[in-house]
Amino acid sequence: MIGIAAAGLLMFHGRIAGISGIAGGIFRREPGDISWRVMFLVGLFAAGLGWGYFFPQDYLVEIKRSTLALIVAGLTVGVGTQLGSGCTSGHGVCGIGRLSKRSTVATVSFMITAAITVFVVNEVLGGSI
Amino acid sequence: MKVKIGAFLGGAVFGIGLAIAGMTQPAKIVGFFDFFGSWDPSLAFVMLGAIVVYTPVYRWAIRTWQHPVWAPAFSLPTRKDIDGRLIAGSAIFGVGWGLGGYCPGPAFTSVGAGSQEALTFGLAMLVGVGAYQLFMRIRENRTGGPADPQAAAMIDG
Repeated sequence: MIGIAAAGLLMFHGRIAGISGIAGGIFRREPGDISWRVMFLVGLFAAGLGWGYFFPQDYLVEIKRSTLALIVAGLTVGVGTQLGSGCTSGHGVCGIGRLSKRSTVATVSFMITAAITVFVVNEVLGGSI
Repeated sequence: MKVKIGAFLGGAVFGIGLAIAGMTQPAKIVGFFDFFGSWDPSLAFVMLGAIVVYTPVYRWAIRTWQHPVWAPAFSLPTRKDIDGRLIAGSAIFGVGWGLGGYCPGPAFTSVGAGSQEALTFGLAMLVGVGAYQLFMRIRENRTGGPADPQAAAMIDG
């Protein structure tokens, strides 16, 4: 379904289904380029609202993270995806799907640091931060 | 109107796909990266599955279509060079993904599902996105032009 939605956005809108890029574009405030971005994100939100009502177990948070850790994580994801111009969807799915060298390098980069971070949190800090 | 409804439906299908795939459960994300603990490889198949669906459609569409159904042209990334910003930015993103267990898509859809953790993460993420874009815009205004000549076209995803 992720692949189908990404393919649909390409075929109908001619856009890459990269969530961080779609979100980042809203802040660039280019006339005529805002509404489809907002509507896509509203669609994501609505999916959670609807699906979560029937299948709340799909949204369970079973890891121990303090509010501070979540804030730091959010900020680094926000800044990092803009600086690196993509996230899991834009680089990892669409970018690798386009056989883009940039996106492949980016995906390897964020996979490595995510694995290192999880190693530190789980093995060094005992699984909660 | 149809462009907006189409974008909404695209986001909704994408969001349901994320939930079914387990991308909205931070424990599954952490499990995928926990190579030294109890490694859960299932998310690799999620990404592979999405790529396998996307790639043939992409290749077929950009080769045979003059333009997408609702737009005059495809808006695709044009950059080919690998620079420090790409690698450093992605590295920073990876730290946050491993730390919080959310990447941007699942964060939005989990907020819809009422997750308090996703809301905290998501608000901080929007602050990060907004701060970066604001910083870039101020820099562009000061230098009298876009710091990146084709900023919008160069975004990878």
